[in-house]
Amino acid sequence: MSKPEELKYTKTHEYIHPGAETIVGISDHAQHEMGDVVFVELPRVGQKLEKEKPCAVVESVKSAFDIYSPVSGEVTAVNDAVTGEPALLNQSPLENGWLFKLKPSNPAEADALMDWAAYQEFVKQAAH
Amino acid sequence: MICAVTDNKLSIEKSDPGRRGLHAKNPLRAKANVPANLRRKAAPRLPELSEFDVVRHFTRLSRLNFSVDTHFYPLGSCTMKYNPRFNEEAAALEGFSGLHPLAHDVCAQGTLELIHDLSARLVELCGLDAITLQPAAGAHSEFTGLLLAKAYFENKGEARTEIVVPDSAHGTNPATASMMGFTTVNIASKPDGRLDVAELKKHIGPKTAVLMLTVPNTLGIFESNIEEICRVVHEAGALVYMDGANLNALIGMVKPGDLGIDMMHLNFHKTFSTPHGGGGPGAGAIVCRAHLAPFLPVPTVKKEGGKFASDFGDGKSIGKVKAFFGNTGVLVKAYAYMLAHSADELGDIARYSIINANYIRALLKDLYPSYSSEYCMHECVLTPGKDMLDKGLKTLDVAKGLIDRGFHAPTIYFPLIVHEAIMIEPTETESKETLDEFAAAMKDVHDSGVADPQSLKDAPVTLPVKRLDEVQAARQPNLRW
Amino acid sequence: MYTPHTAKDREEMLKTIGASSFEELVKQVPSKFLWPKFKLPLQSLDESQAAAVMAGLAGKNCRPLNFVGAGAYERYTPAAVKAITSRTEFLTAYTPYQPEASQGTLQAIYEFQSTVCALYGMDCANASMYDGASSFAEAVRAAVRVTGRKKIVYSAGVNPQYMDTLKTYFAHSPEYSYVKVPMKDGVMDRDALPALLEGAACLAVQTPNFLGLIEDMSGVADLAKAAGALLVAASDPVSLGILATPGEYGADFAVGEGQSLGLPLAYGGPYLGLFSCKKEHVRQMPGRICGLTKDKDGKRGFVLTLQAREQHIRRDKAASNICSNEALCALAATVYSALYGPEGLKELAEANAGAAAFAAERLGTIKGCSLKFKGPFFNEFVLAVPGSAGALREKVLAMKGVDIGLPLVPLYPELGETLLVCATETKTEADILKLADAIKEAL
Repeated sequence: MSKPEELKYTKTHEYIHPGAETIVGISDHAQHEMGDVVFVELPRVGQKLEKEKPCAVVESVKSAFDIYSPVSGEVTAVNDAVTGEPALLNQSPLENGWLFKLKPSNPAEADALMDWAAYQEFVKQAAH
Repeated sequence: MICAVTDNKLSIEKSDPGRRGLHAKNPLRAKANVPANLRRKAAPRLPELSEFDVVRHFTRLSRLNFSVDTHFYPLGSCTMKYNPRFNEEAAALEGFSGLHPLAHDVCAQGTLELIHDLSARLVELCGLDAITLQPAAGAHSEFTGLLLAKAYFENKGEARTEIVVPDSAHGTNPATASMMGFTTVNIASKPDGRLDVAELKKHIGPKTAVLMLTVPNTLGIFESNIEEICRVVHEAGALVYMDGANLNALIGMVKPGDLGIDMMHLNFHKTFSTPHGGGGPGAGAIVCRAHLAPFLPVPTVKKEGGKFASDFGDGKSIGKVKAFFGNTGVLVKAYAYMLAHSADELGDIARYSIINANYIRALLKDLYPSYSSEYCMHECVLTPGKDMLDKGLKTLDVAKGLIDRGFHAPTIYFPLIVHEAIMIEPTETESKETLDEFAAAMKDVHDSGVADPQSLKDAPVTLPVKRLDEVQAARQPNLRW
Repeated sequence: MYTPHTAKDREEMLKTIGASSFEELVKQVPSKFLWPKFKLPLQSLDESQAAAVMAGLAGKNCRPLNFVGAGAYERYTPAAVKAITSRTEFLTAYTPYQPEASQGTLQAIYEFQSTVCALYGMDCANASMYDGASSFAEAVRAAVRVTGRKKIVYSAGVNPQYMDTLKTYFAHSPEYSYVKVPMKDGVMDRDALPALLEGAACLAVQTPNFLGLIEDMSGVADLAKAAGALLVAASDPVSLGILATPGEYGADFAVGEGQSLGLPLAYGGPYLGLFSCKKEHVRQMPGRICGLTKDKDGKRGFVLTLQAREQHIRRDKAASNICSNEALCALAATVYSALYGPEGLKELAEANAGAAAFAAERLGTIKGCSLKFKGPFFNEFVLAVPGSAGALREKVLAMKGVDIGLPLVPLYPELGETLLVCATETKTEADILKLADAIKEAL
């Protein structure tokens, strides 16, 4: 189980668990704001993603959210469990509800993302 | 609502094998020439019912609906006005309804004449030069309009790829642009809801093909800078498309062509009183200036030596947007509506739709503040007051509370730029008494909601069903029997 | 005039608003734009006058004994269908945005979707499109989205108006290529398929095809699949009372013109686009979709669902810009299908095929005329005639008030002087004999 402190965050509320196989998902704050997730569309394994470009879609009943890849890289695995059971994104965004894994092409990109403290501050600021 | 609420079966669940409604007896006794290998293996799973079973089933369903005839239906942006019965009777005349779309022109003189005259009247009403009546709906018209723009620029040898749309626009505008392969450029509105001309100037240039603008806009506010807007767009060599969804605010009072636009669409099911039918059929049109006319879809109708004929143009046309002519049956209704109005009487439509919207806005101003501080045109955008929001009550709760009180809800959560929007369009055909009753219901929703928020969260309770589980519907779609 | 306001109402309302005059309300409109002169009639008509005008116009359309089909079919509209669709609770409602107040429309749409699935043998259907042509175009667009390919292979028997509409939907963009499968004996030349399908997004086929002939679809889906292409099938829904269904032969998308299910011809519309697909493509369906769910007490109810695909949410990323469906036409088709049921629709299809078979037999023996093709057909067929088909049509129309069929020269010049002749269940033996005699006399 990833702890929120171990993750890095984007301004569009994705998180990554950095590493040779970087895990990408959405933050607990994001799943809460979206409400009940009803559908998830993920990239293909092998697809090359570019940093900050849309790569997946998460839908609630009346909204659709683009997911932007936090870093560039090649998709190595996708979480089929969430496409079958989108509620996992609400129940367990950091563990069972991860979206996909990728092999970063420029690991330094992760350093530019927010850490947990900065993200919490960012969410607090955005609420005002 | 009087109905047996316990009976919520599907028609297929009432089916009894061997029962029949209608027969198709073959008087010819000629054998169909269809070998076994080309035939279906299993019969379709359709209900087996008597005619009476079918009539009772669907009559029951009809009674579960709110409709313009049974309830005030102030759905903003949809113009739910009275649908005159005469229009229906006219369209049902066998001469119109029985005409085959590929009938020879000599057999279609009445319909062609009607289309020709309707076209001329609408072109004059809009202050523009030419028209196509082929689009089947508003969105279909937008699509046709952008095709015209594409053909126009291609003909000039210009490659323009961007459509500029304000953030208050109907969702169909960016959806249409993208369907056509254009890139959408969104521009933020000013705090008063109007298009920000300074922003527009920043985003417009040699790549801009079209500015799509709803007039009055989706906040019910007239774009007072429209002349300047059109000038800026034209100086960049681009076109102005007016989304005519809100034409009810201008009809007979302002000629959109005078504002400087290049083209606009009409929604017959809104401005011209044809019924919405539970979500269609509608009909649309694109009305445009002469420079776009050569590209209009074919056929159009021309008059030659006292006869009417289909005109296939000179080859510059964008082609067909629909298999056959258009939703002619709907156009017949719109024509009947035009016959019932003189030029002055058309102006009364705008006049009273504006008075009615402002009247509601005034009656509700203390409980549901208006987004804009100005008078509105044909619709007003309100929000729940702070006292309701503080109790956790939302626009959705207001909507559900209203239907418990016998009024269809306004359009909610649109336009997107207004938080908790309640968009009310009463239309010109509603009386002062109805508007008074509606305002009283809105007040009752407010008062009882503030006193007991949960009661409003539970609404509706008087209808055949309570709030429905949309999450389950989307997660595990059950779309058929 | 349909405004209820009296002078007193108007005065009181302006007073409540706090405006001294109407002009004050529209101050935001530059005054030079207000109240221009319109060159429109100064007098409106009262209802009886308008009725006379409308009856006069309707009377200027002549009503020949009609044998033209070609994608729009003359049907009898049962009285019960008219009675239900003229119920104003259906007629004057709008899209069911408030589901609790729209259960009637929603359940009718659910039953419509079920009816389309049953007829076409498919997994799911939407709440309808504008017409058969727009359904066809949207299905091909969906195949392009799914496969990421831009080559569209289509049989020469697809309604040419559908192809025109499709090309317009793709905005005549040169990115897309269209490859026609040639005809052999009036049907698709299957031997040509493997080579043509390479790299294709889809194979689009119509059966019965535009010339009325029934395509043998067995094995076609496998050929498409082998090339990584999807199969899009267009079929007249009444023909499916007896013909093999797109579901049975493995189509990915199946579409059709629902006008055939008892809607009036009305010079081209409003019609009804039928759109269905396999389950795996459900999210590729454009437009409205109704789903069954429960309310908070667990009671069955209906809602619009999968809405996040649609234009009002996805805006520039939506699958399509369509927002309305043709709900009232869909209701008519649903009632029509329920009235006939599975047996009645079979009878109806047999009656169509029987009437056309009888007409073909009669016309094929007229001296100088012959049936162009030998294969099995549904309710229309191609008749070769001596001399100009167009001139023959005009002559018989003028002389006998019979519209003998659609001349095919403009659409299929390679077929020579031919007519596409259609006979539906509305035609009696006497009608068909009159047709044969009229042609004989005119020749």
